[in-house]
Amino acid sequence: MSGQRILVEGGRIVDPASGFDGAGVVCVADGVIVGVGARPDGFEADRRIDAGGRIVCPGFIDLCARLREPGQEPKGTIASEGAAAAAGGITTLCCPPDTVPVIDTPAVVKLVTERAEEAGKVRVLPIGALTRGLNGKDLSEMHALKRAGCLALGNADRPLANLLVLRRALEYAASFELVVVFRPEDPWLCGQGCVHEGAVSSRLGLPGIPETAETVAVAQALPLIEQTGGRAHFGQLSSGRAVEMVAEARARGVRVSADVAVHHLHLTESSVDGFDALCHSRPPFRTMSDRDALLAAVADGRISAVCSDHQPHEPDAKLDVFPETEPGLSSLQTLLPLMCALVAEGRLSLPDAIARLTVGPAAILGLESGRLAPGAPADICVFDPAAEWVPAEGGWLSAGRNTPFWERTLTGRVMATVAGGRLVYAL
Amino acid sequence: MSATAAADIQLDASGRLRHFLTVEGLSRELLVRIMDTAESFAGVTAQNVKKVPLLRGKTVVNLFFENSTRTRTTFELAAKRLSADVLNINIATSATSKGESLLDTVRNLEAMHVDMFVVRHAQSGAAHFIARHVAPHISVLNAGDGRHAHPTQAMLDVFTIRRAKGGFAGLKVAIVGDILHSRVARSEIWALNTLGVDEVRVVAPKTLLPAHVEALGVAPYHDLNEGLRDVDVVIMLRLQLERMGSAFIPSEHEYFQRFGLTEKRLEKARPDVIVMHPGPINRGIEIDSAIADGPRSVILQQVTHGIAVRMAVMSMAMHAGPDMEGSA
Repeated sequence: MSGQRILVEGGRIVDPASGFDGAGVVCVADGVIVGVGARPDGFEADRRIDAGGRIVCPGFIDLCARLREPGQEPKGTIASEGAAAAAGGITTLCCPPDTVPVIDTPAVVKLVTERAEEAGKVRVLPIGALTRGLNGKDLSEMHALKRAGCLALGNADRPLANLLVLRRALEYAASFELVVVFRPEDPWLCGQGCVHEGAVSSRLGLPGIPETAETVAVAQALPLIEQTGGRAHFGQLSSGRAVEMVAEARARGVRVSADVAVHHLHLTESSVDGFDALCHSRPPFRTMSDRDALLAAVADGRISAVCSDHQPHEPDAKLDVFPETEPGLSSLQTLLPLMCALVAEGRLSLPDAIARLTVGPAAILGLESGRLAPGAPADICVFDPAAEWVPAEGGWLSAGRNTPFWERTLTGRVMATVAGGRLVYAL
Repeated sequence: MSATAAADIQLDASGRLRHFLTVEGLSRELLVRIMDTAESFAGVTAQNVKKVPLLRGKTVVNLFFENSTRTRTTFELAAKRLSADVLNINIATSATSKGESLLDTVRNLEAMHVDMFVVRHAQSGAAHFIARHVAPHISVLNAGDGRHAHPTQAMLDVFTIRRAKGGFAGLKVAIVGDILHSRVARSEIWALNTLGVDEVRVVAPKTLLPAHVEALGVAPYHDLNEGLRDVDVVIMLRLQLERMGSAFIPSEHEYFQRFGLTEKRLEKARPDVIVMHPGPINRGIEIDSAIADGPRSVILQQVTHGIAVRMAVMSMAMHAGPDMEGSA
């Protein structure tokens, strides 16, 4: 199949990496892009994708998506979530190491990547564990993990024991040019919190997670990142202040980047009103001004990537009293429509929205994909920015139905996805 | 929850009370109706035969996931005085401790054709969760969920204030103590503001006040003398030591020094001030015995009123109040 020659024709090509925005064709052969705009001499297609009236862009790169395999298959599998990713226009995704067993050995990395290849949908890049078993104390065998294919390491949502471990982990990872991914949250300040600490948590009597749980963690990590000279990435920032701190450090030359989960660009602390467990998220949805600050940073590029932070759950995980429910949204298939909504609201230009899903995350990980250029991997998304659809049984491929957008009309739908030169999704 | 959302789940299509989960979102008229109904029941408890047949044939389940002798007893008494059958389910020794989910527990009881759940739970939102999932004919009354709400306690408190003060206009009320962990305080604040008091103050060290407490419609004070100045009502709260992890207060001794209610401090309040406490009282930590047992204390009246108020809420939620057409 990878030898298939595909012609995508009739669409508006938007490739933020090259700045190309115009009509033309995209030609694929042997798993790579062989022509953009015009057809190379002698190119004959085996398969044509009609993109008339649609956008043709690089396939999306998702920096954080739980697939739940190995170990938590009732919530999802690499096959089910890979299919959902393809339906969401995602062609490469990074899965955090908090699987069961943890991704802390080459064997588990191999298991994940092989299952992804068997599933035959999208490319899966496992993020290796920063510490053994995510125990926060003992460094993982980072070089072995790199050789097995990990481009980045992190400790998922688990804390590190102390700042010395953090320093050593950053230093050791920097020796091998591995990106260290943080989900910044001070466990002590977080306590038993389950929502943003603010007016809504006070009213509902829900234990809060203060904004400082995030900013203090960022403030502790930044000087150590600077000291060690390593590459670090802050995932799923939720507060405007943390974004400012990362941007300031970046301006000083510290090698840091940041992403935000797409639903944090829409939902706020008020979303949990009525104890809606579908809006139980970690980090929590914060204030309107935090949301606006995140949006502004995504618009001006200080946040260069938007991820799905996909966390599928079985129904029972959300069927309990709010603090007892598991946090997280199933969000692979809402990634694009939620970005399209921001474009429709004038918060973001279409090329910038696409850039945050493609070239932005590619640069963070140093990937060749995320662009439509001859020689680049043939990862392509074709979507209709005006198509309305309703997430519901039938068109929803993730095993997790845990989204507050269920049965709500969304605008923007993926029509076709090509990953590694193969058509992996077509509506 | 927005006021509308909170009302939506609690009221039926005709605007009548269906569940009683929180005071939030309920109208002043409805709160007054609850108090008026309680007033009509207050006489029942003084009669020789302390029963009315309003809930005859109905089954009320006290579903207590958290221990509480006083609240459970008053709910049980209220239900029995309305002639309902009462089941007390001790969750600590029942199904959920064997791994059964909360929802399965509820559904099993539902299958036994009960009519009302009185729910106490250590987590905020528990009563809402059950209300959202029960069969349409079942009413859910919140008997305290986490830090969120304890609406019948708030109603018996405002009922007690109305009886003592005649109304709410112009009143200044100070709520003193562990506001952060208090479901009672949150419900009282809603009730008092809805009923139109002049000012609600909360008095506590910053560690025991929730974030953005002003957004609840209160004025925060960190000095008890200041907070008590010219108030008509003082509501003391229990220091919920069992809910505190660490580092909220340095010691009970220092807490009493700064926030304990003494005769001398109470002099700052209006001469006809009343002192309330939802109980149980920690004497010498929150309040001097001389005040707790003194003439300005209405603490035991609160307990008595609790039965009438809970009878009122139960009968209204079952659409069997004394003002209902066709009822006894």
